[in-house]
Amino acid sequence: MKNPLDSLWGTVISGLVLTLILFWVVKTALVG
Amino acid sequence: MDIAQFLQLGVGRWVHILAGIMWIGLLYYFNFVQVGALKAAAADNTAAGITRHVAPRALFYFRVASVVTWLAGATILGTHFIQAFLFQSPVYYPIGVGAWLGTIMLANVHAFIWPNQKKVLGIVPADDAAKAKARRTAFIFSRINTMLSIPMIFFMVASGGVFRVAIF
Repeated sequence: MKNPLDSLWGTVISGLVLTLILFWVVKTALVG
Repeated sequence: MDIAQFLQLGVGRWVHILAGIMWIGLLYYFNFVQVGALKAAAADNTAAGITRHVAPRALFYFRVASVVTWLAGATILGTHFIQAFLFQSPVYYPIGVGAWLGTIMLANVHAFIWPNQKKVLGIVPADDAAKAKARRTAFIFSRINTMLSIPMIFFMVASGGVFRVAIF
């Protein structure tokens, strides 16, 4: 599998996905 | 607002944002501009102009700005530094995540990007194989920091008013 960080778009999309995951983690922790 | 609060939260945030723009701005310059430019310059033998005159200057301000940004951020956290980093209260969760991401990025700059760039730029001696390995390591950690900057900035601006005190 190709490393997504080799391309700029892969890097930006990885960052956006990580943002969504961390947003969900923090939101869930704040509600709980 | 007393003078101590003005320095910590007013000047502290100002410096944090100024240095942060320089740090992340240069990170984006490396990733969005210089990587592609070096590839194109290698084709017509003009890469030396970038590696000799541009990259060392950009890396100097990049390194200094990363430290100033982190120190100013730590100043803003002040006596809440430990609470934020250890997520001791829900109010610190968002800024705690932002602070951790920024700290990991700072560590990446000084533990991986700069030591490897020194080999790539010939500041420390390295043979061709070591240079190629260093180039790849510096590139990947630079890309990791670009990726981490996206959630880091989200959590910095989304952290609410915990440390926000109006100057005026």
